[in-house]
Amino acid sequence: MTSATADHGTGETAAWRDGKRYAWLLGLVVPAIPFLAWGLVSATGLGAFWWLGPVIVFVLIPLIDVAVGTDAENPPDELIEWLEQDRYYRWVTYLYLPIQYAGLVLACWLWTTYPMTLVDRVGLAVSVGVVAGIGINTAHELGHKKEKHERWLSRVALAQSCYGHFFIEHNRGHHVRVATPEDPASSRFGETFWGFLPRSVVGSLTSAWSLEKARLARQNKSPWTLRNDVLNAWAMSGVLFAGLTVAFGPAVLPYLAVQAVFGFSLLEVVNYLEHYGLLRQKTDSGRYERAAPRHSWNSNNVATNVFLYHLQRHSDHHANPTRRYQALRDFEQAPQLPAGYASMIVCAWIPPLWRKVMDRRVLAHYDGDVTLANIDPRNRGKVLARHGGVTEAPAASSAGSAGSAGSAVEGGAR
Amino acid sequence: MSAYRCPVCDYTYDERTGDAREGFPAGTAWAEVPDDWCCPDCGVREKVDFEPAG
Repeated sequence: MTSATADHGTGETAAWRDGKRYAWLLGLVVPAIPFLAWGLVSATGLGAFWWLGPVIVFVLIPLIDVAVGTDAENPPDELIEWLEQDRYYRWVTYLYLPIQYAGLVLACWLWTTYPMTLVDRVGLAVSVGVVAGIGINTAHELGHKKEKHERWLSRVALAQSCYGHFFIEHNRGHHVRVATPEDPASSRFGETFWGFLPRSVVGSLTSAWSLEKARLARQNKSPWTLRNDVLNAWAMSGVLFAGLTVAFGPAVLPYLAVQAVFGFSLLEVVNYLEHYGLLRQKTDSGRYERAAPRHSWNSNNVATNVFLYHLQRHSDHHANPTRRYQALRDFEQAPQLPAGYASMIVCAWIPPLWRKVMDRRVLAHYDGDVTLANIDPRNRGKVLARHGGVTEAPAASSAGSAGSAGSAVEGGAR
Repeated sequence: MSAYRCPVCDYTYDERTGDAREGFPAGTAWAEVPDDWCCPDCGVREKVDFEPAG
């Protein structure tokens, strides 16, 4: 069944078709990158094609975004459940995994037997890293689901980037603390990506460990057991890397390391741009207000949305984390990025460019009151001096006090 | 014995069955579940937000 009818309550029924139904298959181009690179190098003799991965994601997809534009179409509310139940969509995500791992094996074979220069090998490692990083996005989609086999597949997808602990930390840490200073995976106003990267990598790891330790402690168990999901996820990576080393020799290890680091750094740069500067205020009870559409950056760029399974409809994802990608909706009131995630990643790598593009958008989102933003404590003085217009008494008004003093500033453009 | 449902994702905690993975064996009363324990499926809401189910 590819279309359905919805009764809009007016007695009139309208047929609805998912315009992106078959476009989702394009996401499978990404795990096929090592095969495409190999084919193109063989056909042309040009070693530059080993770098196909970063070229597709950081050059081609942003260009297609510009050419194809945006799409704010939402499935009718009454059809969301029907759309989620259509198993075709989940098979599209499952298929990523066998292609991802076939590509990894191919890359190991190429690194050890194909005539390549060192630069070629690094290029292929970065391309494989792109597959691993976008594989974390696939793992993200699967890891939020209630079905046990999908959660298991999520950990399988993460084995390649050694980021199995993400599945714990993201669901039970990030989603609980999103857009608060306590969340290692929410970036802060005035924080560069290069400052955020180590904070998020270390913070996510320690958070995953404490979450599992606390869960096992409630069962009176030590964390040092394979029932610890952090440890069993890492064991999968261990088995995978050991198997590849036995099959292809230790020469593959440096390239496996490069692709894993590139892969999880790609996830972290996406983390960086999803909640930059956004802050949930504290309510009178001392709890943070519930995560709302205004706490995530969104984008309706079609190309990036197709390749990232609607990850950019991020506000709806945080409101309904278990909802399947095909049913995620655009919220009109959610803050919008000026371009798709693929373009914004490149922007995040260059901090002065990021500040120029994003800081005024955060300020506009808070009507010029920077004290309502999640400010990097290391740069708080500098941020307030530049954007605050008010001097804050130390520790007198916390970032969490809604409605605190702040004067209008320039740069409210949207 | 009662059951409590997450208002976001419909995960249901049933005192009769508990949730062994979360460290609450069958028969664990809702009162013994810590207040800051969050929904194990969606992570959006915490125990205090759960609603009595059916």
